Amino acid sequence: MAEIHLKNLAHSYLSRPSGPKDYALKKIDHVWEDGKAYALLGPSGCGKSTLLNIISGLLTPSEGQVLFDGEDVSRLPTEQRSIAQVFQFPVVYDTMSVYDNLAFPLRNRGHDEQTVKTRVNDIAEMLELTAELHQKARGLTADAKQKISLGRGLVRHRVAAILFDEPLTVIDPHLKWMLRMQLKALHKKLNRTMIYVTHDQTEALTFADQVVVMYDGDVVQMGTPQDLFERPQHTFVGYFIGSPGMNVLPAHVDGDEAYVEGCTIPLGQGYRGLSGSNVEIGVRPEFARLTNGREGLPVTVKRVEDIGRMKIVRADFFGREVNVTVPDGVPISPDANRIVFDPARVNIYADSWIVNGEAA
Amino acid sequence: MTLALEDVTLVAGRDVHIHPTSLSLEPGTLNVLLGPTLAGKTSLMRLMAGLDRPTAGRVLWQGEDVTGIPVQKRNIAMVYQQFINYPAMTVYDNIASPLRLEGMSKAELDRKVQATAELMKLTPMLDRRPLELSGGQQQRTALARALVKGAGLVLLDEPLANLDYKLREELRSEIPRFFSQSGAIFVYATTDPSEALLLGGKTATLSEGVVTQFDNTLDVYRRPMTAATARVFSDPPMNFVSVAKAGGKLLFGEGQSASAHGMMATLKDGRYLAGFRPNHLRLEDGGGESDFLSFAVEVTVSEITGSESFVHVIHGEDRWVSLVHGVHEPDIGSTIKVHVSPEHLYVFDEHEQLVAAPEFAAAA
Repeated sequence: MAEIHLKNLAHSYLSRPSGPKDYALKKIDHVWEDGKAYALLGPSGCGKSTLLNIISGLLTPSEGQVLFDGEDVSRLPTEQRSIAQVFQFPVVYDTMSVYDNLAFPLRNRGHDEQTVKTRVNDIAEMLELTAELHQKARGLTADAKQKISLGRGLVRHRVAAILFDEPLTVIDPHLKWMLRMQLKALHKKLNRTMIYVTHDQTEALTFADQVVVMYDGDVVQMGTPQDLFERPQHTFVGYFIGSPGMNVLPAHVDGDEAYVEGCTIPLGQGYRGLSGSNVEIGVRPEFARLTNGREGLPVTVKRVEDIGRMKIVRADFFGREVNVTVPDGVPISPDANRIVFDPARVNIYADSWIVNGEAA
Repeated sequence: MTLALEDVTLVAGRDVHIHPTSLSLEPGTLNVLLGPTLAGKTSLMRLMAGLDRPTAGRVLWQGEDVTGIPVQKRNIAMVYQQFINYPAMTVYDNIASPLRLEGMSKAELDRKVQATAELMKLTPMLDRRPLELSGGQQQRTALARALVKGAGLVLLDEPLANLDYKLREELRSEIPRFFSQSGAIFVYATTDPSEALLLGGKTATLSEGVVTQFDNTLDVYRRPMTAATARVFSDPPMNFVSVAKAGGKLLFGEGQSASAHGMMATLKDGRYLAGFRPNHLRLEDGGGESDFLSFAVEVTVSEITGSESFVHVIHGEDRWVSLVHGVHEPDIGSTIKVHVSPEHLYVFDEHEQLVAAPEFAAAA
């Protein structure tokens, strides 16, 4: 297992990049700790696959280095990096038994059959594959095959990191639950460095200790799921994490109050010197509530989407959509015409980046 | 315009792909086919389209028997998961392509293309080629082509499955509005329960070639008439526990008991299966407000989304999930207490038929 240092790393697919727009991956310098689980999250084209390919050795970075425990591996081919990879589509030998599939990486490296047996049995136990060990892989379901791919990555002891590239995309939702839960439990048990690429926020948030959110070649935030939810550093993070995403409204901010379309919104903190920039407030739908009092933003409720365990209220505020979530069982008044935000949960953004306030 | 399936079956060799199924789909409705891979969603759509002929039973279109009439001779549009556009044509020509086959006047064609593009928010992209568009715009182009010819039946087979999560979320909330303006019958296949809930309309749940229930989407979610439907239509999966009814009591494995209220009071004594949704399994008891059932369980792992936690636990042989607000991470392997109110229990009999639904479900 290894610590991974992405040292002044950047990548352009062009031979003479002339500016930031020419970089698929803009400059980053991160140290990823040994034994932790990281998720790279972002939309198509954000640079997450470029970064994964640099770590796995499919791509040589145009600038900077990748260090595994201090050793520069930037120019080593994949097979010399002692990493394991799990892809979107399971890679298994159909004609081999589950046992032989799991044993393959060990036998390849010349381990004796006794060691092979011990490790394969251990891994099969953890992945709940013991009953299928002597079946042929052919005919198994997609999720069982994906477990074999995963097991092949875990069965080797000296692996610097395990990389996952959209591993649950082809798995049905109800099996996804099971596999995700087992993967998480395995990580907790084995403490291997794991890097998981996905566009699915639920997968990223539930899997990772640290989620790395990427947008347009930049890492816009790296943090715990709770950080990303409560304090999105960039409005893109607010939008991308959460369903629906954070409400963002252009505002004027003075001290501990924000003004939006002539309405006053109390803030949990004080802010100074924000007059010159492009200022916005950001509030998650979870921290907004509907009322019909005198305080808050005047709105017209356009639609209520009942999605079982909660309702999403879509309201119009001077031509902009503002969303509120209401837990199942909480009634929605037909007279609701105002939205009130929890002051402590209102974040302030200048030029799309968060501004830290001072105690009011 | 009604599409009716009458006792339609599809058998290939010894495999039954579709068990006898009768469904009636009304004009202007969005009908979701919800079920896991291989449950029969695509098979059922192909029967509706006339791409396959049923082994037995009839397909009726506006009362007329169209069984076995091929798709080309009927006014049907299909959109697949792998969205298909003509890469060399502009978005305009892509949308216009089905109309050109009909030899319509230029003015009429232009009017229809413009109206459909407007509906699908593609007006600014009409001169571009598909590869210059985002994935969501490409799929909207494919949807526009399906809508433009005014087909009476539009079949969508997991149309958003290949899109990014966030794009999917946006299109899901737009799609019901596109459809409500058309008047056609829409059939939409998905494996994802939350997608069915976001789309609304009606839902048919499928399990192993059987349509287990067909009704308004929320009604199916709130009143699953069988345990099979409950399993298909829950995300995360519904939790189950066996229960015995004896006299006025419900008795659980470790001495827990609750008075049998409402519909449960009328059940005859015997063994049943109780189900409850993960958001109703709590880490704190009701604080005396209600007679909560408490279970000692072992923690497998917690998943935290930032606003909510999924706490996975094992109760005897059963795997349960508790979905709670906030960040909760009890130690893995530790034993904790979890709680559920009897008011949130669905009770199924030995044939897995619903025999008592919670009151909140009846009220919905």
